Amino acid sequence: MDEPIVVAEGLRKRFGATEALRGLDLAVPAGTVCGVLGPNGAGKTTLIRILATLVDPDAGRARIAGHDVVRDADRVRARIGLAGQYAAVDEKLTGRGNLRMFGRLYHLPRREAHRRADELLERYGLAEAADRQVSGYSGGMRRRLDLITCLLLRPAVLFLDEPTTGLDPRSRGEIWDSIRELVAEGTTVLLTTQYLDEADQLADDIAVVDHGRVIATGTPDALKARLGDRLDVVLQDPAQLGRAASVLAGLTGGEPSVGSEGARLGVSLAGGTVRLADVVRELDRAGIAAADVSLRRPTLDEVFLSLTGRPTGAAADEPAPVKEAVR
Amino acid sequence: MTAPTIPAPPSSALGRLRWAFADGMVLVGRELSRLRQEPGQLIAALIFPGILVVLFGYVFGSAIQVPGGGDYREYLMPGLFAMVTFTSVMAVMMATATDASRGVMDRFRSMPMARSAVPFGQVGADTLVSGPLALAIMVGAGLLVGWRPHHGVAAAAEAFALLLLLRHAVSWVGCYLGLVVRDERTADQFVPLVLPFSMLSNAFVPTGGMPAWLRVLAEWNPVSAITAACRDLFGNPGAPAGDDLAWPLAHPVTAVLLWSAVLLAVFVPLSVRTYRRRGR
Repeated sequence: MDEPIVVAEGLRKRFGATEALRGLDLAVPAGTVCGVLGPNGAGKTTLIRILATLVDPDAGRARIAGHDVVRDADRVRARIGLAGQYAAVDEKLTGRGNLRMFGRLYHLPRREAHRRADELLERYGLAEAADRQVSGYSGGMRRRLDLITCLLLRPAVLFLDEPTTGLDPRSRGEIWDSIRELVAEGTTVLLTTQYLDEADQLADDIAVVDHGRVIATGTPDALKARLGDRLDVVLQDPAQLGRAASVLAGLTGGEPSVGSEGARLGVSLAGGTVRLADVVRELDRAGIAAADVSLRRPTLDEVFLSLTGRPTGAAADEPAPVKEAVR
Repeated sequence: MTAPTIPAPPSSALGRLRWAFADGMVLVGRELSRLRQEPGQLIAALIFPGILVVLFGYVFGSAIQVPGGGDYREYLMPGLFAMVTFTSVMAVMMATATDASRGVMDRFRSMPMARSAVPFGQVGADTLVSGPLALAIMVGAGLLVGWRPHHGVAAAAEAFALLLLLRHAVSWVGCYLGLVVRDERTADQFVPLVLPFSMLSNAFVPTGGMPAWLRVLAEWNPVSAITAACRDLFGNPGAPAGDDLAWPLAHPVTAVLLWSAVLLAVFVPLSVRTYRRRGR
């Protein structure tokens, strides 16, 4: 089967006055990790909910492994796992109790459900806490339990809606490791995230979503390359910022921006190149003392900022007027 | 470690029914596991009827005259059975709303489970686990304070069957409400309503002394029908008598059966449809 395992075509969804999705297209090849990146309110969660058969789209179609998410929802459900920012486990049961219950709901025979539960708890480091009530778990443990609940049976596609939002760095690392193990076993993962480093770490391909549409796709490297390399200059004397900026502008043709530390200038090379030696010489000639001059790839944060006009953490603006959304 | 792949749902109607039943029973089993995890819940379930019996039986009972004579606590117990029956609306509503707000319901929905299994499981857990448990505790409390069924085993069994049937029917109301509010905190706000609802009836005091408009409400309240039916079947004092009785009190058993049938006919399809509906 050559068709990508996840296909979304022209998905639209409106909730009251808000247009969550406005013709979203996406394709995820089997065996890859696709990171859907976007600010709050960009439509990421709605996309996941449609693909996981929880919400019907107003228009457009989506297929998982060739099965339509609306017409063939039962077949889709037999192929997917869903874990999310809100850990969907029963707080009043123990970790083991949860896994056994969900195993039975996946129609595993009782003994098999018990065996699978024990195996997963052991493997993902929850064996010690297995017989405690989930309400006493830490956020990271809960999220891990939520994640491994999807692994009772191996899903062809795993949807992860902001799997590490609100977790401490160590728990995030553990969740990332678990996701990598899954991918190694052949599961296709579609994950939404606001964290660019998360997408950078895990995703083979990234789809940047804003205002309910995919505005850019590509590998993390390709997205960074689109923006071009960046030249960073740190001055010894912040008073020379203005003069340094005009020197850099002359050299690169770009418009330097002042970094947050006050004595730092950054400029995008926009596909062009510049030799560090030239930069140092020109600054020297202008009598400007540089503490550091460096060339680097842009971060995904900078890519995101240039694509959407705002940083990832910021919420999407009010949706644009409806007429813009009509094709 | 190789995980089995997820089985696709059976295509035959019988196979689907078996799946739905199995899924529902797993959710009933969840209720048992919860009780095992939280024995405190069981203790609370024991204390609550105790408080009710003491509060109504001894505090109010010291001042209330039973029409036609008789012990007030014998008069009271059928009313308390009825009241406890109606608490299942709130219990099931809370359970359903909690699942809906915590995302557990989303996981159920994203799994290849029978669509009807979740509402049936939620209600079934109450009918098969909490209901008999609450009734047993209440009967124990009643026996302690001197309440007795006087008309034999068959009549008593009929009364208990009616109580459980009505409890099952009103649980579906709770299931529907829980699916609609989808938020445990909102659901929590409704809980205190059960008290005035069950008091606006013949459960604790005779309706004879109420103003006419209130009396009509009380007489047609299903709480009154089940209370009257229990008094009848247990042979407890205050059983309805006379010619000018409102219809539900003159035919309490039929009234309870009708109430149950109507509630089931309305709220089972509503709940299942609300659970199945996708779009939010």
